[in-house]
Amino acid sequence: MAYKFDFGAIVPHWELLVDGMILTAELTVIGAVVGVGLGIMGAWARASRAPVISQIVGVYVELIRNTPFLVQLFFIFFGLPALGVKLTEFQAAVLAMIVNLGAYSTEIIRAGILAIPQGQIEAAQSLAMNRVQIFRYVVLLPALKKIWPALSSQIVIVMLGSSVCSQIAAEELTFGANYIQAINFRAFEVYFVVTGLYLVMSILLRMGLKVLGNYLFERRRHV
Amino acid sequence: MSLVELHAIHKSFGALEVLKGIDLSIDEGQVIALIGKSGSGKSTLLRTINGLEAIDDGVIMVDGKKISERDTDLLALRLQVGMVFQQFNLFPHYTALENVMLSPQVVKKQSKAEAREIAEEMLAKVGLADKMMHYPDQLSGGQQQRVAIARALAMKPKVLLCDEVTSALDPELVNEVLAVVRQLAEEGMTLVMVTHEMRFAREVCDKLVFMHQGRIHETGDPEEVFSNPKTPELSSFVGGLA
Repeated sequence: MAYKFDFGAIVPHWELLVDGMILTAELTVIGAVVGVGLGIMGAWARASRAPVISQIVGVYVELIRNTPFLVQLFFIFFGLPALGVKLTEFQAAVLAMIVNLGAYSTEIIRAGILAIPQGQIEAAQSLAMNRVQIFRYVVLLPALKKIWPALSSQIVIVMLGSSVCSQIAAEELTFGANYIQAINFRAFEVYFVVTGLYLVMSILLRMGLKVLGNYLFERRRHV
Repeated sequence: MSLVELHAIHKSFGALEVLKGIDLSIDEGQVIALIGKSGSGKSTLLRTINGLEAIDDGVIMVDGKKISERDTDLLALRLQVGMVFQQFNLFPHYTALENVMLSPQVVKKQSKAEAREIAEEMLAKVGLADKMMHYPDQLSGGQQQRVAIARALAMKPKVLLCDEVTSALDPELVNEVLAVVRQLAEEGMTLVMVTHEMRFAREVCDKLVFMHQGRIHETGDPEEVFSNPKTPELSSFVGGLA
């Protein structure tokens, strides 16, 4: 008996998929913005001359990069309540994504900072700029420009990784898919469509990041 | 009293002692050339004057004030002592004008209009009024170096350090940069320059400092030092160039 495909069986549940995509997008945007912000601070700390802070950040980075995202998520959602920190599914998912991207982007952005020629920094020092001013005006933008493609890829990876958040019942796209196929048993059709949706979202995200990069690093006169 | 005084400066990189007790005083308006073979310590000495190299021992006084290792002291020192580098080191994401405006704005908290006025004045002074909106990679080496000089001057330093400012330039671009340095010297700017341009040093500088193996080996009036070297090392150094 051959399997008869029935993509029409998904149609009654389309709202679940749209809601899932919206939640996935929300998780990604918040996770990316705050996660990259965390990564910038982490990279600065790692590249700074303060050994204690640098080591603390180093431990954080290694801890996150050498453990599974799913376990990090479970720890935040199921583990933290033991310490009195009870988060909703969405809060736990977004926090896990921030913490995860923060660690990876720390290392990526640090590579960009290390690629800034020492002479640039010495020139800024000679102009009596302090460390914060040097980082803000001389280092940050050229550093981000150098690693923007790598950082963009990492953000896409984190977006795709958000599918794991279905495991704590955060109602993102994969959660929607699981739910629909549990009702209509149309696993092939549901996951086929959801694969396509993730693909579209990834491509859109990459394009968005490219546009953002062009905007950030475009040559425009400030005066 | 001298503008900058160095007393018994010692500096090592690991086991290698690069500066072995340097005493040097720089008077206001003086133009000093540091010459010597590579590895003689002349660039390191220059970099200690604005704190880019921390010293191991000795005293640096600027305007009668002793400079310590504290950040606040270093920033105060660098407000007085500008520097221009061999590799120009312009900020690639800013135009020439923005390169010059940046520090007056963020360090001296000048308004944009004030900073712009000074930046335009300085760029005009180095002959680049028509290149203000260019990015560093759109400028020749000589033009980049002149922007770097304008950038240092915009902070109104009392002393300008020049670290082999023409060594990275193609021969035909050397003169345009030297002309700017000469003009500064004529205007009374206090200059300390590490240079291999012996003819320029002889013509423009008030004092020549010949460094050899981490020490000031011979010093004096350029004309005198060049025509009548007292030590065999300087004699061979000058002779090797002739």
